Amino acid sequence: MKKRILSLVLALSTLILNLSLAGCGGKKASEIYFLNFKPESAAVYEEIAKKYEEETGTKLKVVTAAANNYEQTLKSEIAKSDAPTIFQINGPVGYKAWDDYCLDLKDSKLYSFLSDKDMAIKDDGGVFAIPYVVEGYGIIYNDAIMKKYFALPNKKSNLKSASEINTFSKLKEVVEDMTANKDKLGIKGVFASTSLASGEDWRWQTHLLNVPLHREFADMKDIVDIGLEMLDADEISYKYSKNFGDIFDLYLNNSVTEKTLLGSKSVADSMAEFALGQAAMVQNGNWAWSQISGVKGNTVKESDIKMLPIYIGLDDEETQGICIGTENYLAINKNVSEEQQKKSLEFLEWLFSSETGKKYVTEKLGFITPFNTFSENELPNDPLAKEISRYMNDAEIKNIPWSFNAFPSEAFKKEVGNALLDYAQGKKKWDEIKTIITNKWKSERD
Amino acid sequence: MKNPIKRYFPIFVLPTLIAFLIAFVIPFLLGFFLSFTEFTTVSNAQFVGISNYIKIFTEDATFLNALWFTIKFAVVSVLSINLIAFTLALLLTRSLPLTKLFRTVFFMPNLIGGIVLGYIWQVIINGVLYNFGYSITSSENFGYWGLIILMNWQMIGYMMIIYIAGIQNIPTDILEAAKVDGANGRTTLFRIIIPSVMPSITICLFLTITNSFKLFDQNLALTAGAPGERTQMVALDIYNTFYSRVGYEGIGQAKAVVFFIIVAIIALLQLRLTRSKEEEA
Repeated sequence: MKKRILSLVLALSTLILNLSLAGCGGKKASEIYFLNFKPESAAVYEEIAKKYEEETGTKLKVVTAAANNYEQTLKSEIAKSDAPTIFQINGPVGYKAWDDYCLDLKDSKLYSFLSDKDMAIKDDGGVFAIPYVVEGYGIIYNDAIMKKYFALPNKKSNLKSASEINTFSKLKEVVEDMTANKDKLGIKGVFASTSLASGEDWRWQTHLLNVPLHREFADMKDIVDIGLEMLDADEISYKYSKNFGDIFDLYLNNSVTEKTLLGSKSVADSMAEFALGQAAMVQNGNWAWSQISGVKGNTVKESDIKMLPIYIGLDDEETQGICIGTENYLAINKNVSEEQQKKSLEFLEWLFSSETGKKYVTEKLGFITPFNTFSENELPNDPLAKEISRYMNDAEIKNIPWSFNAFPSEAFKKEVGNALLDYAQGKKKWDEIKTIITNKWKSERD
Repeated sequence: MKNPIKRYFPIFVLPTLIAFLIAFVIPFLLGFFLSFTEFTTVSNAQFVGISNYIKIFTEDATFLNALWFTIKFAVVSVLSINLIAFTLALLLTRSLPLTKLFRTVFFMPNLIGGIVLGYIWQVIINGVLYNFGYSITSSENFGYWGLIILMNWQMIGYMMIIYIAGIQNIPTDILEAAKVDGANGRTTLFRIIIPSVMPSITICLFLTITNSFKLFDQNLALTAGAPGERTQMVALDIYNTFYSRVGYEGIGQAKAVVFFIIVAIIALLQLRLTRSKEEEA
């Protein structure tokens, strides 16, 4: 028996050795390596790499991390001798983890391209990460269904179109009346499923929570930078808990799916419901366009896709805009050779300033960039990106920045998501959710 | 008269020894070292003493919850898997029709990967629970029993094959002698069959105990710890500690070391206990 087990163990270990040896490829010192965060853009980056090598002769290796696996992939890739030369961090919290690896980009051309220099991540006078895409989220709605509702003879709301909705109470009135008439409108529910499956709850525990928490910090006096203030805050009072509850209840009670079943719904499920016309509204951002347009049997017309701000009943919400910001920052690995660092920067400068590069960025990647190298007509062409730039250029509206970059940790967000699921299933009261959120913030910051 | 194989033993063992060092011993020692440090990647570790170990039990309640959940899971699944697998093995070693077909059918789930199985069972369980207005995340009990059903479904076939091999190895003359002496079914089972298959029981218990403790992919795919990390087992908890919190890598590593020690102790105790019951055949 013993011998047999021993021989088995030995056989297995040789197998493992073979596999690990096969895994080590050759490495070239002048090659640059970009670890891509966005799986939906993987194919485009391959194309860009090919084009870039044709134009400049520099070999660019692109590896894409699977969705939700960027940190894991980066942790293992960066420890290798053939480490990524360009990688991405998700904001100030991500910078704390990776500060040993970020090169100072203060004197780079890429930094000089940035229209709003405050957007970069700075530390001790240096500039360590630069955002490359601006995104926005709000309540996406299907105007065809909304028009149908506003044409109903028995509608209770006296508004005439969805674009007139500018407060939470108006939104609530319209949504609840739509639910009452959902059979006439041919929908299963006003809002697509509030996806609360594990890993699929970021639209609520991160994006939605941003709205009340940002306002809480914005209310404080003498604040220079809300993000930095939030990053330093050991505690939150979470005073807009009720507002968060109001909008969350509205989502839950007027949904395609029954509350108790939301724990197994994914983001893809709710985007499909929206694309198939089963729901009139869904909270998401401009990146969702590819998901909406990619659904088979899609009934939503491009011209009908519009976006509303997320109203939660705050003061002066008539001028509230959508949430605009980024969690995509590029950093250069300072532990690779100088030649690689130089070439990596050259590549990024090429991508964001040359004609060919810019074309890829706007047309194929669909990014709205924060760089001044892009003129106003160099914008992506999808309906949601157009909505984002409409809000960005509207001087009367105050858009909400993405302060969730300063939330304490992934564990905090996860805990909030778990609490929201418990609430949806009726296992916890809203007051308990409030306690969980404030306690977890405190314990994660210790 | 020295055996030539014995003389060249070092040469024969060298390649595998190197492999064993690279793929097991070195990572293990490195992991042990990292549990005393604070690090982001393995190359920038800073020594912090035993504070990681203290934090496991003071700051972070998830580990103890996960450990308790894992123990509950392991006890029930080890018992049920072995009982059912042994019963099936007894049935399928009788001269019944189609035994070969059944053996194959029972063994097949073991050939499917854990992630796939997890998603398949998630769909099945949700399909049933939806009718009652629940989903698998509605209560930790659903997740718990879901995991047990899943684990049974996957492991029973494998254990059954090991038991069948053990039962078939019992010399027929012993069984016949028992029959002649007038032993009934019960006596035959407890006095002859079970003692004779003790080696199989040792190996099956070892496999099921360690697999139940180390369960990861099935847990990740079926519930991913939902609701509220209450169905999170230790392996998944270690993974989440390591990856979802900045600055918790060392603590994750320390949890892994503690977990290793616990599993090693349990497995060694079990081996000792069942080995002592094995007959020298």
